[in-house]
Amino acid sequence: MTEPRVRIKFDQVSVQFPAQSGMMRVVDDVSYAVRDREFVSVIGPSGCGKTTMMNMVAGFMQPSSGTVTLDGRPIKGPGPDRGVIFQEYGVFPWLTVKQNIAFGLTLRANRTSAAEREEICSRYMQLMGLSDFADAWPRMLSGGMRQRLALARAYAVKPQFLLMDEPFGALDAQTRTAMQDLLLDVLAAEGKTVMLITHSVEEAVYLSHRIIVMTARPTRIREIIDVPFPYPRDAGLHETPAFGELRAHVRQLVMQEYAQQAKQRQSQSN
Amino acid sequence: MRRVALILAPWLVLIAGWYGIHYSGLINPALVPTPHAVAQRFVELVQTRLPLDILMSTRRVFIGVLSGTVLAVPVGFVLGWYPNVRHFIDPLINFFRALPPIALIPLVIVYFGVDELAKIVILFYASFFAGVIVMYEGISQISPIYVRVSRTLGATDSEIFRKVIVPLAVPHMLTALRVALGVAWATLVASELIAAQQGLGALIQNAGSFFQLDIIYVGIICIGFIALFMDLALRAIARRLVSWQERIA
Repeated sequence: MTEPRVRIKFDQVSVQFPAQSGMMRVVDDVSYAVRDREFVSVIGPSGCGKTTMMNMVAGFMQPSSGTVTLDGRPIKGPGPDRGVIFQEYGVFPWLTVKQNIAFGLTLRANRTSAAEREEICSRYMQLMGLSDFADAWPRMLSGGMRQRLALARAYAVKPQFLLMDEPFGALDAQTRTAMQDLLLDVLAAEGKTVMLITHSVEEAVYLSHRIIVMTARPTRIREIIDVPFPYPRDAGLHETPAFGELRAHVRQLVMQEYAQQAKQRQSQSN
Repeated sequence: MRRVALILAPWLVLIAGWYGIHYSGLINPALVPTPHAVAQRFVELVQTRLPLDILMSTRRVFIGVLSGTVLAVPVGFVLGWYPNVRHFIDPLINFFRALPPIALIPLVIVYFGVDELAKIVILFYASFFAGVIVMYEGISQISPIYVRVSRTLGATDSEIFRKVIVPLAVPHMLTALRVALGVAWATLVASELIAAQQGLGALIQNAGSFFQLDIIYVGIICIGFIALFMDLALRAIARRLVSWQERIA
């Protein structure tokens, strides 16, 4: 079996911001590749520059040096080929649930006929369990429902990539588990290449093909871990010894980096 | 039924208090006309000059607020959307906003005469600076997340403006309009100090010269009620236009 082709590629990427004491390096010489239909999680201490990496793929910022390419072309800006799920969802409060999902389809970039729009909306409302709330305002929805709405809106324009920045961070444990399973179901139905930013080891191991563990700032790659469990996965996986071992390994790496970060902060404040 | 009673209650208390003051003996009763005397005067005036006064005042407020807000919306938008512009213009706006419109009346007379235009200029001034502040404060608080989300869905700049910024700006426009309306009614009497023959402000001014306290009360109460009804109407419109909001301010 041949390896699937590379879709997203980080090649010696560094990012630095101007700070009070000269330039602050946030991402330092990061190189890795995400292959077609792969689910890659990026995990590391909070504030380490994970979101910065996602923002470069989304097209919101450029690396200071090195290149981030999409199918071999440097990323110039955001586009509907890359669906982004933000930490704070960004559901449009002035549109109903259905209008939110249809929003992308009314844009010139992905113009669709009214009939097709209707069809896509009802399909995703059904998939995400929002059918009964088609005409509700977002303010009436729970956190989990807003999350599903953001997902449905991103899916409606048929992106090939899904970039998610701690999408389940604000949800309670039960909703979070349900959302993870829903995400796996949806991905099984429509294969996409996914990059997930998370700080949950459990989540990364459960969902991903590969986990990229980042170091404390400036962010480098600590280790890339292959997750060997076959899909489809279900909640029973959490209980298997192999899952536990892998989780322990990843957690140890992440904890070391948190400790490193704490040490850095201490030496800075002294 | 209960609702009506609850709405009426504070008004009745107010009128009772008014009678109380009149009959308390604490104040010379001649200085506080009774509510029924004011009501009687109102009925008389309705048959003579009051309808024209109301029409003139309402028209001035309407034109002043409309023209002031029409300018305040785009200016407030630019100031809210471009923090760099705001940085330089903000002190200027606050300088002019702090000037009470009444202080400008002598200048307005010099430059615009004593006609209709002069009164509208004063109301325009008051409405513009009240509206512009509300507008730009509101716009500058719009979360950039919505713009980012739209970009990832493929929206162009013009689509973002039409489909994201405008809907988010509407509630602020309506608030700007409401605030401008309030300020304009407050400034009306001052603007009608400029040799006005008609208008509620003129009515009050003239009555003041002849110590006709009951007419002054009629004028004040009319201004209060017209402002109240305009505000209610605007809120009804707001409720329809921005029903997506948590609550209507």
